[in-house]
Amino acid sequence: MSNYNRYGLLIDLDFCTGCHTCEVACKQALDLPTGQFGIKVHQEGPRKLENGKWEYTFVPFPTSLCNLCEDRVKVGKLPSCVHHCSPGIMHYGTIEELTAKANAKPHMVLFAPQ
Amino acid sequence: MMSTYDELYRKEWQWQEGDLTVTRSMQWSGPGCHNGCGLLYYTKDNKIVKIEGDPNSPYNQGRLCMRCLNLTESLEHKDRLKWPLKRIGERGENKWQRISWNEALDIIEANVRKIQKEYGPESICGMVGTGRNICWQVPLLTYAGFGSPNFGYSFLSGDSCFSPRAAFIAVTHGDFSVCDCSQFHEDRYDNPEYKVPEVILIWGNNPIHSNSDDFLGHWIVELMKRGTRLIVVDPKLTWLAGRAEYWLQLRPGTDAALGLGMLNVIINENLYDQEFVEKWTYGFEELAERVRQYPVDKVAEITWVPKEQIEEAARFFAQAKPGAIQWGLKVDQSVAGVPAAQAIATIGAICGFIDIPGSNIYIRDAYDILSSYGTGYEEFLSPEMRAKRLGDEKYPLKRMGVGPTAHADSVLVALETGKPYPVKMLWIQTSNPIANMGADAPRLYKAIRTTDFNVVVDLYMTPTAVACADLVLPAGMSPERNGYKTWWHPLRSTSKIVQYYECKSDEQIVLEVGKRLAPQNFPWETDIDLINWMFSRSATYKEDFQTLQQKVTDYQKYEYKKYEKGLLRFDGETGFNTPTGKLELYSTLFAEWGLDPLPYFEEPPYSPVSTPLKSKEYPFILTTGARSLEFFHSEHRQLKTMREFHPDPLFDINSEIAAEMGIQEGDWCWLENHNGRCRQRAHLDPALSRKVIRAEHGWWFPEMEGSEPALFGVFDSNSNNLTEQCQNGPTGYGAPYANTICKVYKATEENSLDLPSLVVTRKGGF
Repeated sequence: MSNYNRYGLLIDLDFCTGCHTCEVACKQALDLPTGQFGIKVHQEGPRKLENGKWEYTFVPFPTSLCNLCEDRVKVGKLPSCVHHCSPGIMHYGTIEELTAKANAKPHMVLFAPQ
Repeated sequence: MMSTYDELYRKEWQWQEGDLTVTRSMQWSGPGCHNGCGLLYYTKDNKIVKIEGDPNSPYNQGRLCMRCLNLTESLEHKDRLKWPLKRIGERGENKWQRISWNEALDIIEANVRKIQKEYGPESICGMVGTGRNICWQVPLLTYAGFGSPNFGYSFLSGDSCFSPRAAFIAVTHGDFSVCDCSQFHEDRYDNPEYKVPEVILIWGNNPIHSNSDDFLGHWIVELMKRGTRLIVVDPKLTWLAGRAEYWLQLRPGTDAALGLGMLNVIINENLYDQEFVEKWTYGFEELAERVRQYPVDKVAEITWVPKEQIEEAARFFAQAKPGAIQWGLKVDQSVAGVPAAQAIATIGAICGFIDIPGSNIYIRDAYDILSSYGTGYEEFLSPEMRAKRLGDEKYPLKRMGVGPTAHADSVLVALETGKPYPVKMLWIQTSNPIANMGADAPRLYKAIRTTDFNVVVDLYMTPTAVACADLVLPAGMSPERNGYKTWWHPLRSTSKIVQYYECKSDEQIVLEVGKRLAPQNFPWETDIDLINWMFSRSATYKEDFQTLQQKVTDYQKYEYKKYEKGLLRFDGETGFNTPTGKLELYSTLFAEWGLDPLPYFEEPPYSPVSTPLKSKEYPFILTTGARSLEFFHSEHRQLKTMREFHPDPLFDINSEIAAEMGIQEGDWCWLENHNGRCRQRAHLDPALSRKVIRAEHGWWFPEMEGSEPALFGVFDSNSNNLTEQCQNGPTGYGAPYANTICKVYKATEENSLDLPSLVVTRKGGF
C-alpha cells in the first residue's frame, strides 16, 4: 500500500498557542490515566533572537499512544484533538492531502503516527 | 457505517445517538469562565457521559478549552456539595449536619426577619463572584427578597474588574465597546460587511489565558491567520506579545501614562481622524492641551517603555485601516483604573475606529434583555431605601446609577466599623472571596465572621464557607440548570438535562428563598417562569424560554455606524448617548461631579517612585492575579487532571535575577511586604523585567484539612495577603491589585514554621 493512503496530523507552528486542549481532549478520548498522554505539547523558548524578536513556539507531539482516534474516525468524526483545537491549527487527513496543505504554507509539521 | 458530519452534529437542540441523548447547550456557570461556548452533552441515565464542542456554534465553532472538556470530572466529583448543610460546630470547625431544603428555608426566613426587624433590611448584603450566570439572580433576591439595596461583588476592591472600564465608557460614550472579531455575525468572518482589523492593540490582558468578558481569545488567532498584526501592552511576554509587531513592556500600573503618551504622538503628528473628531467628538482641544503634559520622553521614564517604541507603536496603530483595541482586566487594576480606561479608549476614538467593521464596536445585551446587577433595583426598592446603598454617599458615579452595585470597600468598612450602619448578614452565592476576590484576604476573614448570620451557596465546600457560613447550599452546575446569556450576542440558552443529588440552580434557589421572604415579589412557580419574566421585560424579544432552548443560539442582525443612524440615543437622533450627543473626550458629567474630566496618570500607592524608602526593603513590583489555562479564579483546584498540569501556585521572576538570588525553577519562595506574605514556586522567565514579580491568584488546596487552622491552606499561597483594600480612585473604582511592592526569598524549613493560614486564623494575623 502506498504511504499516501496513510493518515496523519498537520500542525501549523505559527499559531499553536500552547493551550493544552489537545492533551485533555486526547486523555478523555483514549481514557488515559494521570501521567499518560496520546499527544503532548512541547515548548520552545521564550528565547530572545539576535534580531530582537522572540522564539516562543509550541508543538503538539503525538506519542506512541496516539491511534488517531480510530473509534471516532470510524464513525466519521475528527480525532478529538483536531475537533477541539482552540486555535484551529491541527488538520487531519491523508498524507497526500496534508502534504498539499503543507506545501502551501511554511512552518508546518506533518506527523504520521501510525 | 460512516455518517456524514451533518448527521453526527445536528442543528436541532436534542437528538439520540445510539443509547446516548445529545443536547446542544452552552457553558456559562461554575466551574467555568466568562464565555458561553456552545457544546454538546452526551447523556445516559441522568449522567453526562462525555462533552464535545458544538461545531454548529458560530461562537466557538466546536473548539473548547481544557477546562470545559474536563467538566465531566467536576460534575461527579466526590467533594461536591450534595444537599443543604447546617453548621454544628463553631465557625471554622468545618462541622456540618445534613438538613432538608425546607429546614434551610426555615432557618433563612427566621434569621432574615430577625435582622430586618432589629437592624433594617439594609444590613443584609447579597454578594456574588465574577460575572457569569449569576449576574441578575442574587441582585433580584437582594432587592426584592431581602429588601436591601446592598448587592455587590464580594469585596472586590474598587469593583476593579470590568466595572471601571464599563462605568467610564458608559459616561463618555454612552455605550460599551468591544473589539470586533466578527463575533456578532452568525456567518462570522464570511459576513460581507465584516472587515478584519489591520492592527489590534491588546492592552492589559492575555485573552488566550484569561477568557475575558465574553471574548474568546482564540478569535485573535483567527484574525492573525487573516492578516491582523498586533501591538501588545503587557509586562509579561505572552504568546501574543511574542508574535506582536510591538510589545510594549510597561511598568505595572502606568497604563494611563502610556495611553497619554500615545495620544500625544497621535495628536501632535496629526495622525488622528480629523473629520471624525470634528463631527462626532466633544472636547478635543482640552484633550490636546492635557496630552501636552505627557511628552513622550517623560512617559518613557514613567512607564519604562522606550520612547521610540511608544512613538512607533502609536503611529502603527493610528495608521491602521482600521485598528481595534482589546482591553482587559489590568486596565482596571490600578488606582488610576478609570483614567487609564479613558486614555486607552480615547486612542481608538480619535482615530475614528468607532463602530465601523473591524474596530471597537458598540454592543448592548441581546434583545436588551436585562441580565445586570441592577435587576429589580428600581422596581422593588423605595427611593429612601436606595439612598442607603453603601458607597453612594461617597461616590457620585454610584449615586447616579452608573455602576449598579454597593461599593465593595464601603461594605467592608461598614462590617468593621458599623458605620454608616451595621452589616449583620452576608448572602454569598458562588464566590470565594478569601481565596481570591477581595484584596487583603486576612482582613476579610476577620470581617466576614463578625455577622449574625451568613449563607454561602456554592459547588464545593470552600475556605470562605468553612470560615463564615452558618448554612451552605448546593448549587447546580451548567447542565443542571436552565438559563440564558444576553451578555452581548448571540442570545444563548443553557438547558437542564441532569439532576445531581439535591443541588438547585441559582434561579431556583433565589426563587424559593424569595417566595418565602416576599411572596408578593416572587409570583413565579418555576425557574422557567422566572426566566420568562426576564424575557417579557424586553421590548424586542417576543419568544419564551422553550423557543430559545430549541434554537440554542439566536443572532440579531448587527448594525455598524449606529451613531450615524440614530440607533444609540433614546431620542432617536444621530450621535452618542451622552449629554452633548457627542463622544466625550472631555467628560461633561465628570466635570459636573467634581472629577477630572480628562485622562491623567497617578503613581500607584506603593511604587519605587511614590514610596522609594519602602521600595528599598521591597524592591520588586508585584502584580497579582496571573491567569493560567487550568483554572478560573479559585475554581478547578479539586480536579486531578487540572492539577496534573498545574499542581502548585507559581510566580514569575526574571531568570537572571533569580540566578543572582540562587533561586531555581520550582523553588518554593516567600513573597512578602508590609501587609503580609505568601509562598509560591518560582517560574523563571527570561523576558520578564528584573524588577517585576508576577504572582498567581485563587490558590487553596482542597486536598488539605478544611478546618482551621489549615482552612484548606487558603492563606498559605494567597497573593492577596500582600494587597490592600480601600485604595480606590476618586470615582470609587480602581484598586492596585496589579501594582504593589514585595521582596522575595527562598522558603526554608526555619522560615516556614508558621504558615500564613496558622498565623491568620490562630495568631492574630501578620
